Amino acid sequence: MDVVDQAVEALRAQMRDAIPAVESFRGETTVVVRREAIGQACRILRDDPSLSFNLLAALTAVDYWPEEPRFAVVYELYSIGHQAFLRLRAPLSGSGAEIPSIESIFPNANWHEREVFDMFGITFTGNSDLRRILMPFDWVGHPLRKDYPLGYEEVQFSFNHEEIDRRKPYARE
Amino acid sequence: MGVEQKLGNLGMVTSRLEEAVNWSRTRAMWPMLFGLACCAIEMMSAQAAEYDMSRFGMELMRPSPRQSDLMIVAGRVSRKMAPVLRRLYDQMPDPKWVIAMGDCASCGGVFNNYAIVQGVDEVVPVDVYVAGCPPRPEALIHGILTLHDKVRGEKIKDWA
Amino acid sequence: MTQKPFEVTLDELKHLVSERALEGETMLLNMGPQHPSTHGVLRLLLELDGERVVNCIPDIGFLHTGIEKNMEAKTYTQALVMTDRTDYLNTVGNNLVYCLAVEKLVDLDVPLRAQSIRVILTELQRIASHLVWLATHALDLAAMSVFLYCFRERELILDILEICSGQRMMTSYIRPGGLWRDVPAEFEPAVRQFLRVFPSRIDQYERLLTKNPLFVDRTRGIAVVSGEDAIRWGLTGPSLRGSGPDFDLRKANPYCGYEQYDFDVPLGAHGDVYDRYVVRMEEMRQSLRIVQQALDRLPSGPFRSDNRKFVPPPRSELAQSMEALIHHFKLWTEGFPAPKGAVYVAAESPRGELGCYLEGDGGPRPYRVHFRTPSFAHLQALPILAKGHLVADLVAIIGSLDIVLGDADR
Repeated sequence: MDVVDQAVEALRAQMRDAIPAVESFRGETTVVVRREAIGQACRILRDDPSLSFNLLAALTAVDYWPEEPRFAVVYELYSIGHQAFLRLRAPLSGSGAEIPSIESIFPNANWHEREVFDMFGITFTGNSDLRRILMPFDWVGHPLRKDYPLGYEEVQFSFNHEEIDRRKPYARE
Repeated sequence: MGVEQKLGNLGMVTSRLEEAVNWSRTRAMWPMLFGLACCAIEMMSAQAAEYDMSRFGMELMRPSPRQSDLMIVAGRVSRKMAPVLRRLYDQMPDPKWVIAMGDCASCGGVFNNYAIVQGVDEVVPVDVYVAGCPPRPEALIHGILTLHDKVRGEKIKDWA
Repeated sequence: MTQKPFEVTLDELKHLVSERALEGETMLLNMGPQHPSTHGVLRLLLELDGERVVNCIPDIGFLHTGIEKNMEAKTYTQALVMTDRTDYLNTVGNNLVYCLAVEKLVDLDVPLRAQSIRVILTELQRIASHLVWLATHALDLAAMSVFLYCFRERELILDILEICSGQRMMTSYIRPGGLWRDVPAEFEPAVRQFLRVFPSRIDQYERLLTKNPLFVDRTRGIAVVSGEDAIRWGLTGPSLRGSGPDFDLRKANPYCGYEQYDFDVPLGAHGDVYDRYVVRMEEMRQSLRIVQQALDRLPSGPFRSDNRKFVPPPRSELAQSMEALIHHFKLWTEGFPAPKGAVYVAAESPRGELGCYLEGDGGPRPYRVHFRTPSFAHLQALPILAKGHLVADLVAIIGSLDIVLGDADR
């Protein structure tokens, strides 16, 4: 039995109610985890010596506005010994988007959680340094949310050249 | 003229003050190290051995704005970086010129979104725009030579 | 308070600096976004005790381009153009990861010739990236002639990329389903010429640096990281292999036919800056081995999949076949639909593990694209690596992590 199936078995055995679903797509396995139990799931996967998913490869989020649950935080774990990827997915609702931080388990989650906070507005309780990381410190809004505009500026062609020239801010000295 | 021939034999050249000043400004224009993104790598290639920029007197890339004349904005300027860019431009002493290298510095380039300033001329006044994504080192050198032509047509009272 | 957005007050950083800073014993210095040695627009807030770094707080985001959000507004093929510009020293590798993710999502197979050429170009790009790394790292440590030599060799590789795609850096040559066009006839002689010339050049760089007492003094014993610490802090690629653990995605989870090539993965013993230098130099030689094998065994055949639902037909067919015209029209106006689902593909970039998380929603545009970039993950570990070292060592440490800010900020 390969290590991904072993991991799913172990999670199901120890956390029965907190695993609503396990999906499989294109050969990759995603375990849907309830948000309160994400710390426990990561701890089981990392500390069990037969599993040893010791590298947090990626931590990101997806916005499904206007569906509910609005957000899903996606954790990609990798086992260096067994050379296998496993994905955990924690759905969050739009109001009160909070999830416990896994910085105590994987220290490199710190900046990834800061980036998700910056881009989506999801709060990670327990993160030691939750500030904006990519946008300026006083930026308002969370850019990667689906209801945040792209900020597309009208392109200046020859037919609207003067019109845009008038309202575009040029720096003259 | 008789006088100039005599002086030429003595090893002297006459010219107007403006021409002499502009000529010397073009011959040793020190660029400021302001490479931001991909265009910076092509700027470094232009600095390196094959497309040598030091034959134009520009091998000295000064990181300090106080010691440079030319700011080549090479790369995309994000909204977080724009105040820094303006501050560095203000710190450069006169006479100073700006080359907007690449599409992102000229007009926002491929990125028409919330994070990138759509053209660095919203922040600093630009003299020469060099197009390309990234522009070849030869294109950058063409832009620099265009700037030299522009400088040679300037009047002293522009910078007085 | 009219505070400029990039100014940070001490109150905001209280939790990150030691108590000595709050009492005024140590100095807070800004190593600003514009600096010759930070390899891009990286801002470091240093807490210094004399010349020793007590704390180092990186501040990134000065090159944030909103690529992930911008890709959601374009079709899959249009979004490929933006992937070049994340890590601009590994442009072919970025295209490759994104195309592997798209192909996995829509279940598209790639012909063998395209896979071999992808491997050749990716390994050449790896060598080019390591050359820029070596040039800037050595330049920071005051070895300026290495900069000129490395860029001279890089021109040879950029000429090869220009032969294939017409562009030196942002090639967009690797497309979903294969390649943009077949390699022209000048490609093979150019690559063989490069393979003949390059090994002696690597020897030249090693003669200049590897046993040079100045270089060794500045790099040995600096920023030592143990293997477990490196994994805990998410280091991958040569930065991890310099500390010992044998983890290379080309061997562990092979893609694009890497399992058929015979190459070694160099490992370091101590985990200091010098070991990472040695690992990268050896990686350049191993990349040459892979290119040699791939070029010798290059299969003939199509260069792009012929699944017309995803790959546009060649223009010669348009005049003759009605279906080809319809496919061409549909693909260029609307794009191809991808199923609902998510994939994550990771490849070995010269910096480390470059991953692409791609989620489709049934439409022609990606619903969510996220790049797990190695520079972002490595910068996190910089405060740990830099503690207790001198400011001059900090420059060597940043160089050894091989950070590209376009990669970190996207």
